[in-house]
Amino acid sequence: MSEYVFLYRGGEAGRSPEKMQQTMQKWMAWFKELGQKGHIKDQGQPLERSGKLVKGTKKTVTDGPFAEAKDIIGGYTLIEARDLEQAAELSKGCPILEVEGSVEVRPVMKLNM
Amino acid sequence: MEPSEHLFRHEAGRMVAALTRIFGVHNLALAEDVVQDAFCRALEVWKFRSTPENPSAWLMATAKNRALDVLRRERTARTYAPELGRLLESEWTLAPTVEELFAASAIEDDVLRMMFSCCHPRVSEEAQVALVLHILCGFSVGEVASAFMSSQAAMAKRISRAKGTLASSKKLFDIAAPRDLAARLPAVQRALYLLFNEGYHGASPELAVRADLCQEAMRLVALLRENSLTATPATYGLSALMCLHAARLPGRIDAVGELRPFFEQDRSRWDRTLVAEGQRLLEHSAFGPELTEYHVEAAIAWAHANAHGAEDTDWPMIVSLYDKLMAIRPSPVVALNRAIAMGQNEGPLRGLQELHAISNSERLASYPFYHAALGEFEHRDGKNDAAAEHFKAALALARNPAERHFLEQRIRACEGAVHAG
Repeated sequence: MSEYVFLYRGGEAGRSPEKMQQTMQKWMAWFKELGQKGHIKDQGQPLERSGKLVKGTKKTVTDGPFAEAKDIIGGYTLIEARDLEQAAELSKGCPILEVEGSVEVRPVMKLNM
Repeated sequence: MEPSEHLFRHEAGRMVAALTRIFGVHNLALAEDVVQDAFCRALEVWKFRSTPENPSAWLMATAKNRALDVLRRERTARTYAPELGRLLESEWTLAPTVEELFAASAIEDDVLRMMFSCCHPRVSEEAQVALVLHILCGFSVGEVASAFMSSQAAMAKRISRAKGTLASSKKLFDIAAPRDLAARLPAVQRALYLLFNEGYHGASPELAVRADLCQEAMRLVALLRENSLTATPATYGLSALMCLHAARLPGRIDAVGELRPFFEQDRSRWDRTLVAEGQRLLEHSAFGPELTEYHVEAAIAWAHANAHGAEDTDWPMIVSLYDKLMAIRPSPVVALNRAIAMGQNEGPLRGLQELHAISNSERLASYPFYHAALGEFEHRDGKNDAAAEHFKAALALARNPAERHFLEQRIRACEGAVHAG
């Protein structure tokens, strides 16, 4: 088994309370299913949509990231899967895909050479 | 743990009501933004860390903290509720004031205040119902539009115009003024009645949507019963009527999802708990001299709920109740129902006679059930050709697949009878 990070980007807001609750329940059900199948190493955390951006040798600190809403990472999960193909397949169940969001699937680099 | 069904929707109304009380009615849009924010946060946090112990309290606390942020940040940029005066201006009084306004008992009053505010006399009845559904029941404009089978654009216009009227009224309705409260209560009751009716008889083909509307109306009318000033006989009558009708909802659709005509319903599927509750409320509604249309309609529903079928229904009593209803609140639909009851009591010819006698039946011409009633009595009188024509007229006006399918079956029954004879 190898480790992968799911990075959740975007996801449309501004929907009705009922739809938002449904989306949330889908997330809970999805995490539960992944967990039961032994794919969750660490469920991860949600991230605030804003913070600080520290840059360059001058270490300038600005408010940020000012990316477009669809590009902002809203959270991450550490996943265990056989290979990248399986990890990508698992990500297809993510409810964020139904609300114009995306999942970035990235292998955690292995230390053995 | 899963959050309870419709939690967000129900909390939306409570939060908007509480926030509008603080921000002032002219900042309704700001209150809606803060609520939206609170839901976004809940969605982000709960999905990773599961639902908190007390989800309502979590949402309310999030809305409260956001409100404090907004009030601090935009202290000089906006004016807030004039009723609260300078309490929000000083840091010394801001937090305790907001804390107090978010107490559970205060929020119950906020919801009531908002309900009365939505039923503003300058807002049309239809728009009042839409506004209640949108603001207090958390339906998006799109969801209100589909519940009322209206276009999204038309509904957006109706709701935004109504919100404009609400915002220009400067402050929320004062529920502490008994005379004003009594004066506007009938409009509030009427709006809840219409909301329930839209669910019970409405055009939406989606049963789940319709059942939701009935439930929302029942949830709001229960709030009227909890306040001593609004728990009038009419409120009890209205509550009784809703319970007794809602009791029959499970019987209206059979096991395969088809619309069942009233007298062919499996009455064992009616909800006996709701019938008992309706009866209790109806008895409670009988204090004081006031007899409203809600009392009479509840009594009619009660008579049906306590009969085992068409044969042992007390038709003479139902006809006399419809006579009373015609005296209190005459309408073509009441006249139609009265004519049907007369026909049940005295036979199809009498029913047809009464149906034809309805003075303003041109107003019923676009109502499918008027034609269906004519068809039914012609059919019972053995005039199957005429009956089929009426059912076809009804079919042309049918509003959803279930109605269409039901009427097609009636047409086939009539045509079958013609060929067999």
